[in-house]
Amino acid sequence: MKTGFVLRNVEFKNRVLVASGTFGYGDETRDLVDVAKLGGIVTKSLSWKPRDGNPPPRIAETPSGMLNSIGLANIGVHAFIEKKLPYLRTLDTRIIVNIAASSVQEYCDVLALLESQNGIHGFEINVSCPNVKEGGLSFGTNCDLTAEITSRLRALTDKPLIIKLTPNVTHIGQFAVAVKEAGADAVSVINTVIGMAVNAKTRKPKISTVTGGLSGPAIKPIALAKVYEVAQSVDIPIFGIGGITNAEDAIEFLLVGASAVQVGTANFIDPRTGVSVAEGIESFARDQALGDVGDLVGTLKAKKDMSVLQSWL
Amino acid sequence: MIIRDVEVRNVQEVARGIFVLSFVSLELSGSTLPGQFINVLVQKGHEPLLRRPFSVYRVEEETVEIIFNVVGKGTVLLAAKKRGDIINILGPLGIPFGTGGSFRNAILIAGGLGIAPMPILAEHLRKNGKHIEVFAGARSGDQLALDHLENTHIATDDGSRGYHGTVVALAEQYLREHPLSEAKIFACGPIRMLAAVSAYAESVTIPCELSLEGEMACGIGICQGCPVERLDGATRYALVCTEGPTFDSTTIILRGA
Repeated sequence: MKTGFVLRNVEFKNRVLVASGTFGYGDETRDLVDVAKLGGIVTKSLSWKPRDGNPPPRIAETPSGMLNSIGLANIGVHAFIEKKLPYLRTLDTRIIVNIAASSVQEYCDVLALLESQNGIHGFEINVSCPNVKEGGLSFGTNCDLTAEITSRLRALTDKPLIIKLTPNVTHIGQFAVAVKEAGADAVSVINTVIGMAVNAKTRKPKISTVTGGLSGPAIKPIALAKVYEVAQSVDIPIFGIGGITNAEDAIEFLLVGASAVQVGTANFIDPRTGVSVAEGIESFARDQALGDVGDLVGTLKAKKDMSVLQSWL
Repeated sequence: MIIRDVEVRNVQEVARGIFVLSFVSLELSGSTLPGQFINVLVQKGHEPLLRRPFSVYRVEEETVEIIFNVVGKGTVLLAAKKRGDIINILGPLGIPFGTGGSFRNAILIAGGLGIAPMPILAEHLRKNGKHIEVFAGARSGDQLALDHLENTHIATDDGSRGYHGTVVALAEQYLREHPLSEAKIFACGPIRMLAAVSAYAESVTIPCELSLEGEMACGIGICQGCPVERLDGATRYALVCTEGPTFDSTTIILRGA
């Protein structure tokens, strides 16, 4: 049974990774999870300087989901290299470093510094960050800016470059096309969906920033639709993300066109989820007498002319 | 730290709306220290989605106890558990209270469900030869859970039992009349109560540890959901789950107090 896949010049042992921000820097769960059974780990977003993050409350539970507004709290790229990377290098899995920044130059600086380090297999770019120059509007909702970040970073690395797209745009497929043309190797679909939770009794928002990012099973149908749209728009690999808690969820993402998946919020409930998803996909593929898990990718039996996406594209 | 399915041994209402749930786990009962917590997945599925953090209330042989108020969907489900039901636990988590050290007198101050870590704490303090005075406050007398504690002094908001007023005011009054030398305060409860305890401890220069709550998704430092502001330090925030939930009261700022 072939479970792995290749992205650019890097081989992943299976198609299940853990999503940025849901697995820390890999060392927090060392007693609990056999990460060698994962396709890879996507680190927490790193910026040039450490970021404190937003004031509490930062998270709120919602129906089948959670809202967060962490504010990209992270230790900064220098501390990452010094304190976290040595441990990550010892792990028998692929390490994808996620980068967040508040200017195009900062994205470039962080990636360039990481590019000089051993033990990093690729980069995932979080473009859902406030662009300080544009008054805090997210880079990821501006197609030209997203493409510019991609092409600037492409010039700096020969490693896999993955752009993590936000669903909070009208046509995510257009963003996928733009980053592909700018040199991205793959896209991650989706980042969190803007959401809000309110306490009726106190009349206050449940998180300090009023709105935040919704994740968990609640967003799985949205994520599937976005992956489907992106898969109809580009031919580069897609990392499907959004509410995956078990192998069946993950297989749904493969069917609609994801080449691999990332398990996110489910790690908060059980950090071993990614491993059980990977094992579950393998046994599903075996039961279906497939020689390669990749045979599932994009094999949704849907009549394309019946899809509402046709009117979008 | 372990993740395990464990079997519920008993659920009992010990005060109005307040339940003690015990479950079987030799691994946890043998390793949990006072002030540590566990993260409980009350049922499989997506509702509720996240684990709930609970201080360990007490351990006895192979059983571990938590105490909770029925306030939301998670605790409604927990209160309805029956002997033999399965819950999933992650723990033990967090930094325990400092029960060793040179102090002789332990002052335990609990507001409401802040009573949660006190029985296991008292047990360890007793073993370490410390004298214990417990101050427990609640809205009313029927919401007090005072089992497994000695030398208890009671305060209620409505005056239905014990001192009519806050538990911190009671503790201050008692300790003024009965000064305890070489003392240390351990407190758990609502943020305003903890701020009052912290201010009192500072005014009388008694070392003080607080056990905090925080909204958290994971309990192991990954989600970054549970920051508390540091008074000083390299970073602005500490995480309640991994750097707490117990903190020296002089190291943190209690917002919203």
